[in-house]
Amino acid sequence: MPESATETPGAGITAQAPAPAAKATRGAISIRNVTKIYDPEGVNVMAVDDCSLEIAAGEVCMIVGPSGCGKTTLLNAIAGFHSITFGEIYLDGQLLCGPEKPLADQGADRVVVFQNGALFPWKTLLQNVAYGPIVQETMGKAEALEKAADMLAEAGLADMAKKFPGEVSSGMARRAEIVRALINDPKVLLLDEPYRAMDALTKSIMHEALLEMYDRTKVTMFFITHDLEEAIFLGDRVVVLTTRPAKTKKIVDVKIPRPRDYRLLGSEEFRLLVSEAKGAVHEEAIKAFEAGERELA
Amino acid sequence: MSERVADTSGMDTVQPPPTGLRLAWYRARRSVKTPTPYLMVFGVALWLVTYSLLTEILKVPRFEKIPGPIEVITEWLSPDPAWGMSLFTEAYLINIYVSCRRILIAFGIATGIGVPLGLFMGWSKRFRDYSFPILETLRPIPILAWVPLAIIMFSGFETPILFLATLASLFVTTLNTLLGVDSIDESYFRAAGCLGSKPRHVFWHVVLPGAMPFIFTGLQISVGVAWFSLVAAEMISGDYGLGYMIMDSYMINTYVSMVMAMITLGFVGWATSAMVRAVGNRMMQWRIRALALEGR
Repeated sequence: MPESATETPGAGITAQAPAPAAKATRGAISIRNVTKIYDPEGVNVMAVDDCSLEIAAGEVCMIVGPSGCGKTTLLNAIAGFHSITFGEIYLDGQLLCGPEKPLADQGADRVVVFQNGALFPWKTLLQNVAYGPIVQETMGKAEALEKAADMLAEAGLADMAKKFPGEVSSGMARRAEIVRALINDPKVLLLDEPYRAMDALTKSIMHEALLEMYDRTKVTMFFITHDLEEAIFLGDRVVVLTTRPAKTKKIVDVKIPRPRDYRLLGSEEFRLLVSEAKGAVHEEAIKAFEAGERELA
Repeated sequence: MSERVADTSGMDTVQPPPTGLRLAWYRARRSVKTPTPYLMVFGVALWLVTYSLLTEILKVPRFEKIPGPIEVITEWLSPDPAWGMSLFTEAYLINIYVSCRRILIAFGIATGIGVPLGLFMGWSKRFRDYSFPILETLRPIPILAWVPLAIIMFSGFETPILFLATLASLFVTTLNTLLGVDSIDESYFRAAGCLGSKPRHVFWHVVLPGAMPFIFTGLQISVGVAWFSLVAAEMISGDYGLGYMIMDSYMINTYVSMVMAMITLGFVGWATSAMVRAVGNRMMQWRIRALALEGR
């Protein structure tokens, strides 16, 4: 049991994950006492402080916290974009990064969906989706393109397959980006505020599509967001992080059965959970605001 | 009202957007409804009239020695030119051919070296650390300062000229390509990484296409710079070519031919830039289409 569980205030909070979905047997992430210190200008800045978190296989784990609190730092450490200073991160019992190897290898078992979208603008949606299997040589080119076309069609993007990302709406592009991740059959999907810039209507459509995709694949998701309603609607657990340096402040278990749909948004249970999370986040947001520090990358 | 009916009937059978010649025809038809072509014609006419007034009609002091547009155009179209050069003389056409061939070779070499060099410099930090200081020291040396060295290093007329044109063009292409790689958003590299790319994939699928817009901007500048240094080189050490034609005509006081060569340079230079632009547009459909949707 990670130490952070004892630090989190309130009753009924455990770092123990809820019962994983029946199908999911892989993609368990174990973050153990991770600390990250940035040293941009000779002054040490602690982005993450002794943070521990157990994410079960097939869990949708929503990470919430004030701006610049170190959420993305954790994601970058799992993805292998940034090193960690202390601690260890495991994926399915295998060490990703630790004291001996502070920077994890990048690999298609942990695919990232980026905040501002990172479909290659010079490739069509189809070429974007087929890219992973082609470069990993898990499929031949023709096979990859065929599979990509099927998966795009499944996501309702059949007509868009030959278009470039610059020609489709942001919602379509984001959906294609998730398809591009899923075609690699990843153990974990790392989502960094993927719906941040979207209007509420588009967002709700994206949420339902994501839930539908999750019910099909049961892929583990590490999902960073600022939007508490999004967090409760999508997640199995909502992990509220403190302001920088990040630690787990509170974990809200969302015991709402799946499949979920938009009608859930009006329910009493949903609103109670949102307000529970909101209380914790608000406190930290005030601290972060008063600290007034610039966000770290 | 009738238009509205026509519109809705068109909606029933959705037509694919026009391509190729049909698209060009559609654009041409649409553009005659805008002021653009008329303003262009008016601008050119205004310039020609002013030029003619100064040189041929009013004969303003200091301008009277300059051949006017009527004289130049008449000479240019004359099968039997008074000063020896026209569209129908072999000497004039050879000068154009020689200059164009030199540009093709110089620009080709500069692109062939400059683009890969810039890509590697942008891609590999270590390679940049080696090579960037040399580039930045050589680049500011004006191309005319290389002339004596070029003449010492290379024999004959041709190689020094090619060297000078290539060198000027090379610096521009390399630097722009390098900046192009720098301009690529970090998230594309990360995306490529987490999709399982090996370094060679990153190079071909991210570095090269990502730098493409800057590369082609650079190539357009670079072809212009190549012309600039080519003409300078031809004026100093040439046997044929438009630069040589300008200098030669000046020496033997055939100013009409001199002006003719200058205007020819303008048109040929414009044409080469347009060709580079067309190739770029062809290779960057993704960008053209996205920009078109933004109304540009």
